Amino acid sequence: MADKVILLDFWPSPFGVRARIALREKGVEFEYREENLRDKSPLLLQMNPVHKKIPVLIHNGKPVCESMNVVQYIDEVWSDKNPILPSDPYQRAQARFWVDFVDTKLYEPADKIWQTKGEEQETAKKEYIEALKILESELGDKPYFGGDTFGFVDIAMTGYYSWFEASEKLANFSIEPECPTLMASAKRCLQRESVVKSLHDSEKILAFAYKIRKIYCV
Amino acid sequence: MASSDVKLIGAWASPFVMRPRIALNLKSVPYEFLQETFGSKSELLLKSNPVHKKIPVLLHADKPVCESNIIVEYIDDTWSSSGPSILPSDPYDRAMARFWAAYIDEKWFVALRSFLKAGGEEEKKAVIAQLEEGNAFLEKAFIDCSKGKPFFNGDNIGYLDIALGCFLAWLRVTELAVSHKILDEAKTPSLSKWAENFCNDPAVKPVMPETAKLAEFAKKIFS
Repeated sequence: MADKVILLDFWPSPFGVRARIALREKGVEFEYREENLRDKSPLLLQMNPVHKKIPVLIHNGKPVCESMNVVQYIDEVWSDKNPILPSDPYQRAQARFWVDFVDTKLYEPADKIWQTKGEEQETAKKEYIEALKILESELGDKPYFGGDTFGFVDIAMTGYYSWFEASEKLANFSIEPECPTLMASAKRCLQRESVVKSLHDSEKILAFAYKIRKIYCV
Repeated sequence: MASSDVKLIGAWASPFVMRPRIALNLKSVPYEFLQETFGSKSELLLKSNPVHKKIPVLLHADKPVCESNIIVEYIDDTWSSSGPSILPSDPYDRAMARFWAAYIDEKWFVALRSFLKAGGEEEKKAVIAQLEEGNAFLEKAFIDCSKGKPFFNGDNIGYLDIALGCFLAWLRVTELAVSHKILDEAKTPSLSKWAENFCNDPAVKPVMPETAKLAEFAKKIFS
């Protein structure tokens, strides 16, 4: 039986992009469906009644939600090529730990950077850079968080890498002088074929960010 | 081959610490329990978890693993040939277990914890509504995941049972403190039956705190 894979997504989403990258890493054919987040489809509400958020992967009619949970699922189902998580239990635990760190420590400051201004934005920038520095220290001199290969933590980070330029322009700061080796890894990730095919160009993302900022009256 | 040198940094009252303790019991892995004193953090904890400085931390041959649900997966991965499987074998069932475990930590437990701190009637009503919605979701999740068996994981307790069950003692303490039944057999009959079965499991009983002892501890830390 042929697999039917649908991805409910939103084009600028740093979380949706993670699922797209994982599917392309595995060479999985999928149907991309764009959601209007201000008018969510009945399918989205039915498939993710708890959070009502994208991305949602629908595999043969069954939904998987939460971006890194989707990535793990993709890795486990299409396990024959390009492993995303390492095979060693200790390395897997480390990868999961750092993905948890990414999603708990980067999320709020990243959001606040483009939703606020003044003092609040300055505090958000500081927290964001602090968290990125901890990640840079974990990266060390490896080309990727996964070592020599692009993996679980790199996919999680690529969502944020895709928004770096927009965040920098919106909040008038520069990440590279603070985290040079992280930026080098980011550039490597952003050049990867599965990533290039999954991302819209940074100009479009920046334009979208400015539009959202207007909505937040900033 | 797995080393027998296993230590767990934790505290008896912490529901998060309970999770790896139950997992180690399921796998019959002996371990040294290094208890932290409430209100201070040991050198070993700060060295082993410099990022979050939190318990639990598993030390396996001196290598630290942090974050309770991640430790549970690590235990299942490492001692895979010992005892029952903690994570389900099917990838979809695993995705469901992980999804609900994250929901429990990010939404359900946050609501439960805020109940104890809730001030006026309005605030309490809002928390009750949140918890009831959460319980309804979890009741349905239990029916979907258990497929007629006693636990989320089927015949034996597993990852999702542990992720939710670890909060049952604190749930009882909260119910007593606010005089409100949070887990109600009338509203969530399957979940209530599951709770009873979970607490009686041999891997759980030795590490589940007694309600009276926990209530006394709660009074102390919240005063």
